[in-house]
Amino acid sequence: MAKIKLAETKLQELKDVCKSFNYEKGELINVLHKAQGIFGYLPAEVQEVIAKELNVSVAHVYGVVTFYSFFTMQPKGQNPVSICLGTACYVRGAEKVLEEFKRQLNIQVGETTPDGRFSLSCLRCVGACGLAPVVLVGEKVYGRVAPDGVADIIAEYRI
Amino acid sequence: MKRIKLIIDGKTTEVPENTTLLKAAKTVGIDIPTLCFFELKDMNIENRPGGCRVCVVEVKGRRNLAPACTTVVAEGMEVYTHNIRVLNARRTVLELILSDHPAECLTCAKSGSCELQSMAQQLGVRELPYQGEQSKYRKDTSPAIIRDVDKCIMCRRCEMMCNDVQTVGALSAVNRGFMAVVAPAFEMNLEKSPCTYCGQCVSVCPTGALTEVDHSRNVINALADPVKTVVVQTAPAVRAALGEEFGLMPGTLVTGKMVAALRRLGFDYVFDTDFAADLTIMEEGTELLDRLTRYLKGDKDVKLPILTSCCPGWVNFFEHHFPEMRDIPSTAKSPQQMFGPIAKEYFAKKLGIDRKNMIVVSIMPCLAKKYECQRDEFKVNGDPDVNYSLSTRELAHLIRQSNIDFNALPDEDFDQPLGESTGAAVIFGATGGVIEAACRTAYELYTGKKLEKVDFTELRGLENVRKATIDFDGLPINIGIAHGLGNARKLLEDIRDGKSQFHAIEIMACPGGCIGGGGQPFHHGDSEIIKKRSSAIYREDAGKLIRKSHENPFIQELYREFLGKPCGEKSHHLLHTHYFDKSAGVFVEE
Repeated sequence: MAKIKLAETKLQELKDVCKSFNYEKGELINVLHKAQGIFGYLPAEVQEVIAKELNVSVAHVYGVVTFYSFFTMQPKGQNPVSICLGTACYVRGAEKVLEEFKRQLNIQVGETTPDGRFSLSCLRCVGACGLAPVVLVGEKVYGRVAPDGVADIIAEYRI
Repeated sequence: MKRIKLIIDGKTTEVPENTTLLKAAKTVGIDIPTLCFFELKDMNIENRPGGCRVCVVEVKGRRNLAPACTTVVAEGMEVYTHNIRVLNARRTVLELILSDHPAECLTCAKSGSCELQSMAQQLGVRELPYQGEQSKYRKDTSPAIIRDVDKCIMCRRCEMMCNDVQTVGALSAVNRGFMAVVAPAFEMNLEKSPCTYCGQCVSVCPTGALTEVDHSRNVINALADPVKTVVVQTAPAVRAALGEEFGLMPGTLVTGKMVAALRRLGFDYVFDTDFAADLTIMEEGTELLDRLTRYLKGDKDVKLPILTSCCPGWVNFFEHHFPEMRDIPSTAKSPQQMFGPIAKEYFAKKLGIDRKNMIVVSIMPCLAKKYECQRDEFKVNGDPDVNYSLSTRELAHLIRQSNIDFNALPDEDFDQPLGESTGAAVIFGATGGVIEAACRTAYELYTGKKLEKVDFTELRGLENVRKATIDFDGLPINIGIAHGLGNARKLLEDIRDGKSQFHAIEIMACPGGCIGGGGQPFHHGDSEIIKKRSSAIYREDAGKLIRKSHENPFIQELYREFLGKPCGEKSHHLLHTHYFDKSAGVFVEE
């Protein structure tokens, strides 16, 4: 596992978060939640800092990070792709759309492409069921997406 | 305390409130089978995650079966521990556990001492009805401990030992569901974690998921090599536990039989780590007195308390967790590592052989010793002072393999000169023993008077942290003792925060000291066994003619002939060491 350099300002922000929770061991999940908000993901270094600040073992922090599917150790891509798997989207073929994204980007859910441009995740309902199936790239919403439309969406961000 | 009346299998019993059904059943002679549950009574060690479900019982009026280890008694409860519903459920639970467990009992290192195996026998499992995908994970071999998590049943005992008792924090359950394993952070190998190799995880693992690195093959090869002179040293705690492997009552002393067995195995010289323990007292005791006298004279450079340094698990612990305090422990090497250079630099020369042609084997109650003897600072041009370290369990295996009828052996004596030891040395095996041995010698050296009463009973016992004040002829010496690394941590934090009042502290990584070491015969959670080993150690001490290290005639001769004086130049070179900061970059490489 190679070491990455955490930005000084973000690191300070993380330490402030730990402080705001009074360095309570019991607040680990809340701290991780905020940390993921700061960094977008939870790399090993961030977990080590949190372990030190809260005085818990790194193994314990890693155990919690790997238990909850919300937490991720993968950095998000520049263009995070989220496919809605809510009921409406699901019955209208969201799963096939997801499979097509996986195939074309050659990554699994929760992963990021090696060039760092795309990451793939699933979510449950964005409140646009009328447009089902719905795909989000960053903040942008795509409605009525069919598997054969996937290539076009990806192409928009490949320029 | 409120008493609760309940009926278990038709027998009425009354127990204090908050008692678990498991313990309540014991009061009427019913032993409910358990697997993940583990406890060491009187030592504050308990694991009851209620995870395995083997201990389920039926409680009348309750819809589901209840795990006996976590369900507490209630007034008027009616409990059935072995009706048909319970028996079927219990067996299914076990069959499901076995469905994700490799059926390789024939070759498994734990076979015969495996609790999962004996549970399958006890419940009469004769086939494995559930076949399917099994979890596959890489094997991780560190210098002392092997992790084979395919055999893990997620009982979490190791986690409890590593985190709650030892506060080492090397292991945690990670991932979830079928992918869940117990692993170090980021699923790195143990070697990259803050693991101290204390081996307490191995001591409590019910299966073969955690075992020791076995060096018996190397020893057999060395014994068969005609060019090598093979010397063996045996740690104090081994003689108090080895007999258990051969069906003898816990607490049986087998010193003489152990020596005889080692001779029959083919060792050229059967020596005693106790000799080196006497040597440790000479060096560590001298260092203590030197620091103490300078401190009392107001020397600001002197740091007190002095901490013992004979436990390699403890050394690893402060190197990883308190590196900033690594100048406080004594610089004296452990007895195992003192024995090495004395054998190879002194005894080998006496025999007129090259140190490369001498193989030093140690028999230890410990797994950290395996790592310790491989440390670079304990090698001369790549040749380790101690070549191989075997656990008490490995020695027992070796004896069985070599067709030796252990119980029929006569009692034999250690060889000389490195086999002679005093009572002070043998008590190294129990918590409090090292500091008691040090007091016996330091008292006489400091006061110049003869110590009439050598038994410092105030230093003995199994309380987590013990404190005592020893009167050095008007000078009160405050002594602290901790066994188990979690207890050690408390004392260390006090020192760090400037709150410590102690002059000297003894620390042993394992609960009970070396007698409860990670390489000892499995106690399966019976703390009585550890207590009996402890009393055996003190019995051996009481029976010795010489009970103070500095009175060991062979130690005196060693200083006259070879070393000069304690903490002198030669001692410094051969018998003292230094410590490293291992806290940084444990997981993530630069």
